[in-house]
Amino acid sequence: MSRPSGNTPWEVFIRPRRGLSHQHVGSVHGADADMALANARDLYTRRGDTVSIWVVRSDAVRASSPSEKDPFFSNAADKPYRYPEYYVALNQDERHGN
Amino acid sequence: MVPVPGGASAPEQPGAVGVRDGGERPDAYFEALLAAGEPVETRDAMPDGYRRMLVRQIAQHAHSEIIGMQPEGGWLTRAPSLHRKAALLAKVQDEAGHGLYLYSAAETLGVSRAELLDALHSGHQRYAATFNHPALTWADTGAIAWLTDGAAVVNQVPLCHTSYGPYARAMRRVCQEEAFHVRQGYDLLWSLCRGTAGQREMAQDAVNRWWLPAVALMFGPPDTATGADDRTAAMGAALTRRSMAWGIKRHTNDELRQRFVDNCVPQAERLGVVLPDPAIRWNEERGHYDFSPIDWQQFREVLADGSHCGRQRLAHRVAAHEDGAWVRDAVDAFAARPGRPAADR
Repeated sequence: MSRPSGNTPWEVFIRPRRGLSHQHVGSVHGADADMALANARDLYTRRGDTVSIWVVRSDAVRASSPSEKDPFFSNAADKPYRYPEYYVALNQDERHGN
Repeated sequence: MVPVPGGASAPEQPGAVGVRDGGERPDAYFEALLAAGEPVETRDAMPDGYRRMLVRQIAQHAHSEIIGMQPEGGWLTRAPSLHRKAALLAKVQDEAGHGLYLYSAAETLGVSRAELLDALHSGHQRYAATFNHPALTWADTGAIAWLTDGAAVVNQVPLCHTSYGPYARAMRRVCQEEAFHVRQGYDLLWSLCRGTAGQREMAQDAVNRWWLPAVALMFGPPDTATGADDRTAAMGAALTRRSMAWGIKRHTNDELRQRFVDNCVPQAERLGVVLPDPAIRWNEERGHYDFSPIDWQQFREVLADGSHCGRQRLAHRVAAHEDGAWVRDAVDAFAARPGRPAADR
């Protein structure tokens, strides 16, 4: 991680209301977690009744690697038997899946 | 999974810089995204020209938001009531926030906020020249919000669907807040127009001075044959074509300008002010209001660096930045202090 300074970027996640998960909304700069949280409050919650904010240092996030994209996510699309459309319809007007 | 290098250049999906989705044929991948109407995200392969056009546009936009705080900010201590003062304070604070949303979006393209501010301060990047006009009376705060912000909304609503994801998301936040800006400005002028003769005169005078800057400068140079002489229009059209092909812009400048005029004419009538253009009249055939062609020569002069008010705006911005240096230094020292809690590192 880089040396802490006032320019350290933090990713901001907001829970807009009860029952919803925190969602990524953007980023702020801040020297530490408290300052980042205060900056996120000032920037992203001027309206509406936000329930809670998370801030996470941008360089603490690990992202999946683009070069591994295909093998990494391949199970999502290549297994048709994971989808209900793959099977015989329960009712007459429903069509078979592929 | 691989560890990705983070750092100041890469908020939102950190580590994006230098690693791109797009495989062996990045150009085809990018074109396919555009063709499918899919947003382009931080880690997607993108042509360098696309990236540069975005940085330039988002930076210009961010700079305009923070310079745009000045004309109205000067009236904060002189607002005529606590209600108007609270509303104006909220609006000016929003403009600072819009600047931050946009700087944050620009940073996803691999530029740092410090670089962008340096470019603004040194004059290498520009902001909307509209704000190089002075705000002479209290009514100007109303006219700026109604006309300048009103023009900004017309520009920004299509940008909520611009092709670059982080920019589009920033614009959606901005647009939600701009509606308040325009309404409070119109409301302010509404009160003046229903006040004394002197107040009505002040409202009309402010509208007289802010109409043309909004119509001309908030939409940029003409880019269709209807907007100007052939040469000017051809230059604008080439840029607009490129931008539209990349899905950054969705409409021509002249199209949006017309939409703005069509919005304003009935609003001005309800308000009881006269828009300072004798050529404005409904054109049944076109289904739009006609208005005078804009004297672009005059506006090129406003755009030049020589404008007195423009120099003041920039000098004020630079002074504010320099006066704040000790705060940034103190924050850095605090962040680097020995014994800092591990959770903050």
